[in-house]
Amino acid sequence: MTSARVKRSRSKEPISDYLLSEQQLEEMYYYMLLARRLNERMLSLNRQGRAAFVIAGAGHEAAQVGAAMALKKGTDYLAPYYRDLGMNLVLGMTAREAMLNLLAKRDDPNSFGRQMPSHWGNTERKIVTQSSVVATQLLHAAGIALAAKMRQDPIVVMTCCGEGSTSRGDFHEAMNFSAIHKLPVVFFIENNGYAITERTDKEIPFDHVADRARGYGIRGAVVDGMDCIAVYQTVKPVLHQARRGSGPALVEAKCYRLWPHSSDDDDRRYRPRKELEEWSKRDPLLLFRTRVEDDGIFPREDLDEIEVRVDEEVADAVEWAMNQPDPAPEDALGFVYKEL
Amino acid sequence: MAEVTVIEAIRRTLDEEMGRDDRVFVLGEDVEAGGVFRTTEGLAAKYPGRVIDSPLAESSIIGLSIGAAHYGMRPVAEIQFADFIHAGFDQLCSEASRWCYRTKGDAYLPMVVRTPWGGGVHGGQHHSQSIEAYYAHMPGIKVVAPSFPADYRSLLKAAIADPNPVLFLEHKRTYRLIKQDISADDGETVIGRSRVARRGNDLTIYAYGLMMHESLAAAEALSSEGIECTVVDLLSLQPLDVETILESAKATGKILIVHEDTLTGGFGGELAAIIAEHAFEYLDAPIRRVAGPDIPPMPFHHAMEDFFMPNREKIAAAARELAAY
Repeated sequence: MTSARVKRSRSKEPISDYLLSEQQLEEMYYYMLLARRLNERMLSLNRQGRAAFVIAGAGHEAAQVGAAMALKKGTDYLAPYYRDLGMNLVLGMTAREAMLNLLAKRDDPNSFGRQMPSHWGNTERKIVTQSSVVATQLLHAAGIALAAKMRQDPIVVMTCCGEGSTSRGDFHEAMNFSAIHKLPVVFFIENNGYAITERTDKEIPFDHVADRARGYGIRGAVVDGMDCIAVYQTVKPVLHQARRGSGPALVEAKCYRLWPHSSDDDDRRYRPRKELEEWSKRDPLLLFRTRVEDDGIFPREDLDEIEVRVDEEVADAVEWAMNQPDPAPEDALGFVYKEL
Repeated sequence: MAEVTVIEAIRRTLDEEMGRDDRVFVLGEDVEAGGVFRTTEGLAAKYPGRVIDSPLAESSIIGLSIGAAHYGMRPVAEIQFADFIHAGFDQLCSEASRWCYRTKGDAYLPMVVRTPWGGGVHGGQHHSQSIEAYYAHMPGIKVVAPSFPADYRSLLKAAIADPNPVLFLEHKRTYRLIKQDISADDGETVIGRSRVARRGNDLTIYAYGLMMHESLAAAEALSSEGIECTVVDLLSLQPLDVETILESAKATGKILIVHEDTLTGGFGGELAAIIAEHAFEYLDAPIRRVAGPDIPPMPFHHAMEDFFMPNREKIAAAARELAAY
């Protein structure tokens, strides 16, 4: 976030208990809120017939923003998955670019309209291109970490997936190889309780995804994925250790998918309303606001002001992106092979 | 330089490339000890940390190579037998082949996947397969299948220099089949060109890998009977040298396509279609194919294996019929 957006100057000194400064806390709220409001507008554009498909991260904002803020921006690599809008925003994607991506516009900096929305990737931001196939990116992350280790570059790779992806062979192969070679890679699992319609108990035979780490002799941690501050506080030292050569780690952020799987899914078919209501009480945005308000970090007006700013930014992004050029039909051709 | 086998040509080329560029590294099963075919013998000691034994997990070998290539390294992955590459099919099909396209060139993968393929070595069901048709069907991946030591050397150098994923197919029967002086650097150095290995006016035989040697032997035998064949060594299946293919098709008017992969859906179908589409008016006979029968390749017992494998006799028999047409 640029300082121009900050009305009142914030202290950069870490606040005890938080390990975060006022400025970082404000950024946290800003990014979480921006991700949520963008997703809301995306879904309404879909319902209006203006966006073909939406896959959102509502309920994941705390996990994504907390973890991404622990990365060294522009240095560390991120191999994300499709829900990770919040992470992309932290690493530099603008609201306008997020809308270009949704609308598959010519200048979408992820895939230029070639992939479905939310299939991220941008080499300048060190965000690795991803497909729709789950868990393949975990091996890419391990490969990047292997290369970085061979070059003795002090970077960390974070790679993300849902708990459902941890059933795939590529998840286990990536954990295995990374553990054998003590690679600087952190597997960040966003456990939102559902793999489309399947509850976690149909995917994992025990309570915590993090327990899978034990099979590979690597560190596994569980964190409340609805609590952005807790996620940051958990991920930051894990990344630090990985950077210093102590090998890979797995962090399981327990969050909750507040929306259906995608714009094409109706979760009423399989998800009890009561359960959704219970989890909604722990909405990451609500939790964060309550905590920083109760602790007197920010006055209520300051948080309201962020809300207004985000709403304006999202409105601008939608209007701007809608008027950006589409790809030409023949833009389908080209770049099948790289020519140097 | 003395004449060397295909194995030695590959080993020397890897050595040269690793010596020239410290981004080049080898990843695969048993490669530190030299590999089961000894193609990487001596490299682990010479380049510490750059010849890496992988767990027995082919998706890992390819997926890790993708990551390393994305980072800027030049991985040369080895899949011990082409038959085992299918566990990595997803990483090649869903990821590697689309990396450049889906980022519009923002990201790309300078990586090579070497793998021994083909039959005739008593390898049975899972050490004999031809896999080229699956991967030549993936835009975004290059597929080469040389047959002579000099081409192995030149094309491996070209593959390592290429900014795209290259599937480098090594027919395991060619490994120690022939020797050639590779010092002259006179192999094909550009991926995507075929070579006319022999010229004759009666018909054209198209082949690659081991079948190249069988086709040349057949052409030699046929010559003594007065049938003169052009033999085209395809070398690269993706991209394909359509110009060279059509040139000889038009010149001879009779076409014999040879591959050891099973007939239906094999690469020969694509060649036949290209020739039929663009050289139909030059053809003097129906296009013929000599290929493996449509059974899961290939049975272990030597009699059944011989039955499966196309060879110089089967090629010559088809060529005689074609010449007489």
